[in-house]
Amino acid sequence: MDLQIALLLAQDGVVNGAIYALLALALVLVFAVTRVIFIPQGEFVAFGALTLASFQTAKVPGTLWLLIGMGAVISIIELAAASRRRGGRRRLTLALGWNLAYPAVLAAIVLLAKPGQWPLAVQVVLAMALVVPLGPMIYRLVYQPLASASVLVLLIVSVAVHLALVGLGLLFFGAEGSRTPAFSEASFSLGDVTVTGQTLWVIGASLLLIVGLYIFFERSLWGKALRATAINRVGAQLMGISTTQAGKLCFLLAAAIGAMSGILVAPITTIYYDTGFLVGLKGFVAAIVGGMISYPLAAAGAILVGLLESFSSFWASAFKEVIVFTMIIPVLLWRSMTTRHVEEEEE
Amino acid sequence: MDAPILEVQDLCVAYGKVEALHHVSLAVRAGEIVTVIGPNGAGKTTLLSAIMGVLPRSSGTVSFLGSEQADIEVERMVALGMTLVPEKRELFGEMSVEDNLLLGAFMRRRLGHRDERQTMDEVFGIFPRLKERRGQRAGTLSGGERQMLAVGRALMAKPKLLMLDEPSLGLAPLIVREIFHVIGNLRKTGVAILLVEQNARAALQVADAGYVLETGEVAISGSSAELEGNPRIVESYLGLGGKR
Repeated sequence: MDLQIALLLAQDGVVNGAIYALLALALVLVFAVTRVIFIPQGEFVAFGALTLASFQTAKVPGTLWLLIGMGAVISIIELAAASRRRGGRRRLTLALGWNLAYPAVLAAIVLLAKPGQWPLAVQVVLAMALVVPLGPMIYRLVYQPLASASVLVLLIVSVAVHLALVGLGLLFFGAEGSRTPAFSEASFSLGDVTVTGQTLWVIGASLLLIVGLYIFFERSLWGKALRATAINRVGAQLMGISTTQAGKLCFLLAAAIGAMSGILVAPITTIYYDTGFLVGLKGFVAAIVGGMISYPLAAAGAILVGLLESFSSFWASAFKEVIVFTMIIPVLLWRSMTTRHVEEEEE
Repeated sequence: MDAPILEVQDLCVAYGKVEALHHVSLAVRAGEIVTVIGPNGAGKTTLLSAIMGVLPRSSGTVSFLGSEQADIEVERMVALGMTLVPEKRELFGEMSVEDNLLLGAFMRRRLGHRDERQTMDEVFGIFPRLKERRGQRAGTLSGGERQMLAVGRALMAKPKLLMLDEPSLGLAPLIVREIFHVIGNLRKTGVAILLVEQNARAALQVADAGYVLETGEVAISGSSAELEGNPRIVESYLGLGGKR
């Protein structure tokens, strides 16, 4: 291997690593606040990418039907809950607005206007608008009723949600993969290595998202409220920070990060309905490096995973996944020896 | 006298089949400090948790600010102006003192108030120590400072009713005195206080009225002076030396 190949592999590794970093951050966030190990994180990658691809082939993405369906079910649940209690009219109006009116508006846009001819940037926004609300909807439908369940129960439920979403992905988008056009056709030469515009897009957008999240958590009231919930759920509750709203906000962020990652990588790799799972798992390996609590360690772990993957695909491509996932064993050994065991809080 | 800010009637709370509170009734008026004393396990913490909505009640009513509360949810009670300083403080250990205080005003911010800086200065006025430590992580504070932060954080919500669960627990006597001094001074701000304590002597000194809770029931109630003169209370709770 000469320097040029090494640089090429490194570039590849950093690009993938950036995506894994985003997913790892989302996983850490969701786990810290809700104790949910969010295995379906990867499905949002696939849904984001494939929804955008559907627009480009002038098809109606199946995620629209999922949005409408879940919205309808949640509306029925909210109506039933509202009839059992007095008051809370504002809450009900808000819930119906997001779960019935919002999907209806999106359906009108997708079915009546023809987003196929729209510029890429608008299609990206529309794809995000379709996929991101699925996050809080899944929280409302699946995890909110289980708020006091154990981590293990939540994990098993996550596996179920993952399997359901992969199945729906196959139904919506079919078995063949899709690629979307690059955000930018530009390419630059750095010495012997060519850097494509899309590479810069991925790294730039990832960095921007990470900085944005940092500012959100350090400066904004809701960001601080989420951190507070992660640190001390009872304390946060006593400040009037609703566990449910914190959970929904986390799932919203996780879905947005997932869908954005998918849209960013879709021009580089072909995305299939089940691609998300593997991508998400690699983000998970990175999150484990950070012990599911540390954001910087998780991000560093993600770059490591990306580099390990690209170099092992050069030397032993048949084993590249094995090598990446085997990394989890020394990491777990190291973590279990260096960190003292903290009993999981019982509620 | 004014109508009570908080009126609890026949409140029952059960953990599974075990009833922890039996038909407890009490009232707190505006600007009044009311204490609930009693031995460990009498249900004092349970009482506060049920009023706040942390625990579900099995029967009974809770009226706050003159209206009966049908759905007692923590979020709602905080929005109405009730705060609880829990026994374990429940601070945000990895966050700064200032951020802890800021989050105390979370609900006020959501309700559209933007006066948290001013409130924070008021809290710093009450606890100058917190101002010195404003940038420090809450987890690194001493026991007394942690209690001050917990009370300060609750005051950031500008509550109408402040509920304190064992504020003296685990603190050195000098700091206990300081905390009770602050509690006594809070009366001037007009906030009503429901104070749960095992340190009956200190609690009765600062309070206007008191209830003695024993095995989940109100055994004795009356003004602080009446309770301090009650031979049973002197024997069981004030005893020699007073503490515990």
